[in-house]
Amino acid sequence: MLYREAGDFNTSYKQDGQTFPIRFDRYRYYAVLAVAFGVIPFIINDYWANAVFVPFLIYAIAAIGLNILTGYCGQVSLGTGGFMAVGAYACYKLMTGFPDVSIVIHVILSGGITAAVGVLFGLPSLRIKGFYLAVATLAAQFFLVWLFNKVPWFYNYSASGQINAPERSVFGIIVTGPNTEAWAKYMICLVFVVACAWIARNLTRGASGRRWMAIRDMDIAAEIIGVNPLGAKLTAFAVSSFFIGIAGALFFAVYLGAVEVGEAFGINKSFLVLFMIIIGGLGSIFGSFAGAAFMVLLPVLLKNVLVGGLGWATDLAAHLEFMIVGGLIVMFLIVEPHGLAQLWRLTKEKLRLWPFPH
Amino acid sequence: MLDASEGYTTADGRKIGGVLMEMQNITLRFGGVVAIKDISFDIREGEIRAIIGPNGAGKSSMLNVISGFYRPQEGAVIYKGRKRPAMKPYQVAQQGIARTFQNIALFEGMSVLDNVMTGRLTHMKSSLFSQALWWGKAEAEEIANRELVERVIDFLEIQHIRKTPVGRLPYGLKKRVELARALAAEPSLLLLDEPMAGMNVEEKEDMSRFILDVNDEFGTTIALIEHDMGVVMDLSDRVVVMDYGKKIGDGTPDEVRNNQDVIDAYLGVSHD
Repeated sequence: MLYREAGDFNTSYKQDGQTFPIRFDRYRYYAVLAVAFGVIPFIINDYWANAVFVPFLIYAIAAIGLNILTGYCGQVSLGTGGFMAVGAYACYKLMTGFPDVSIVIHVILSGGITAAVGVLFGLPSLRIKGFYLAVATLAAQFFLVWLFNKVPWFYNYSASGQINAPERSVFGIIVTGPNTEAWAKYMICLVFVVACAWIARNLTRGASGRRWMAIRDMDIAAEIIGVNPLGAKLTAFAVSSFFIGIAGALFFAVYLGAVEVGEAFGINKSFLVLFMIIIGGLGSIFGSFAGAAFMVLLPVLLKNVLVGGLGWATDLAAHLEFMIVGGLIVMFLIVEPHGLAQLWRLTKEKLRLWPFPH
Repeated sequence: MLDASEGYTTADGRKIGGVLMEMQNITLRFGGVVAIKDISFDIREGEIRAIIGPNGAGKSSMLNVISGFYRPQEGAVIYKGRKRPAMKPYQVAQQGIARTFQNIALFEGMSVLDNVMTGRLTHMKSSLFSQALWWGKAEAEEIANRELVERVIDFLEIQHIRKTPVGRLPYGLKKRVELARALAAEPSLLLLDEPMAGMNVEEKEDMSRFILDVNDEFGTTIALIEHDMGVVMDLSDRVVVMDYGKKIGDGTPDEVRNNQDVIDAYLGVSHD
């Protein structure tokens, strides 16, 4: 009833090309933004920030990044963890090397550095495809983690081999370090998420997005209509790594505060983000959010129900959690390979007709 | 023989211009197999040029040479009066040569509109930064190109499926969308690889009308491969006939129809 495009006429191509062409969608989007900026910061506490919101927002950025490469451009990557590590270490070096510069600029620069590294590891993509490319990016993952462990310059020769985020503030509000308030962590991540999602959406609806999708759907046809395959793939690697680098920098500086590279950015992280975009939906910005929310919320929910609600032992609950998450991933791949975004699309198609069957 | 610089007038009174593309002694080998052997012909501005021949004659290979997929071992391609250096297919496309495929090569995951918009990619030059902020050149360019694409969509009568994912369309419409994508590039030379393959009579008639209209309204030069002789003879101004990689005939449809080598190639020769 509510969800109709009837009476919603687009009179220019500008209107027709907008992100939310249906009025109801647009209002819902504004409502979500209003709650995210206007309500949550005032009621958030440490538990909700650290267990749910901050990891969700940061993983959403990483998922958007990987989705651009894998979902939009069709290049499978298992190097996400490694690229997040590049972002984290770049941010650490910048924070300690230039303490007077704003952390926001550091995070953006970390994205830029990661983009450069991503392009470097993306070069083989012109020659190798599919599984073989995945293996090549896996090499990037292991190499980068090894590099950050091996070369002491990256962790400023600290005895533990860890990197620790020094205290930095934005507009006088502390956003990194142990004294950060929950709402400040949440807000800085939220601002980055909104900016990244907006940029990703702009890129994917324009010429670059079409170049990427053309390469994904049929690379030979893409070449015949004038898409330079190397250029398209490398821009996808660059943009994807830029977002993943920002996610890594925030993950280190805002969320964890202290990082040991093998633990925080190991191969598990690569798989986690890959699961997010598979479950959320390949080639969809909304899917990146849905997948990140699913993979962050589900363990928290299970833990609360099993340990908090039923009073089971923690280790039993932890093992059950693995089984349930694993089972759900398999189920998703079988039942809805296009992910939560596709379910959402189908729901919307049904809603447009509701309450009539046809 | 026709003069290289001057054109001619067709039977129905259309003026055909000078040489747009000239193939000079093209030879293409795959290992020991000779796919094309020493073939020369030209394509003139504004004409509809057909390449015909029995299966395996090397027609598609010839089209692939023109569009840059294959590099001939010998011979030269002269395009717009200049010898074309070795090029990648995307560079050929940027020079204004668009094509369609024998078995449809659309982007199945994208809508019809997005598919046709990809045809404009060679004309879209805005920077990544401008696109990221959707500001200034990127947006203006998007809207300008959208207008042009909408004209092509109107022209080919596919307005109603504009937002439909290509994967859901029937075969005949997919062929039309592919033609739309090639047309959107505003090519100087349009290559059609079996545009009527697998179509019924009505769809063939529609397609023929579109091809003639494209040539007529936009003045696009068209080179096409087709098996349906009725269609070829009706549409084309001049025909090249190939058999086993060699050129066995070249001329107007009437000349080709009465060429003994062509008749032999199609009907076979008795060996008594």
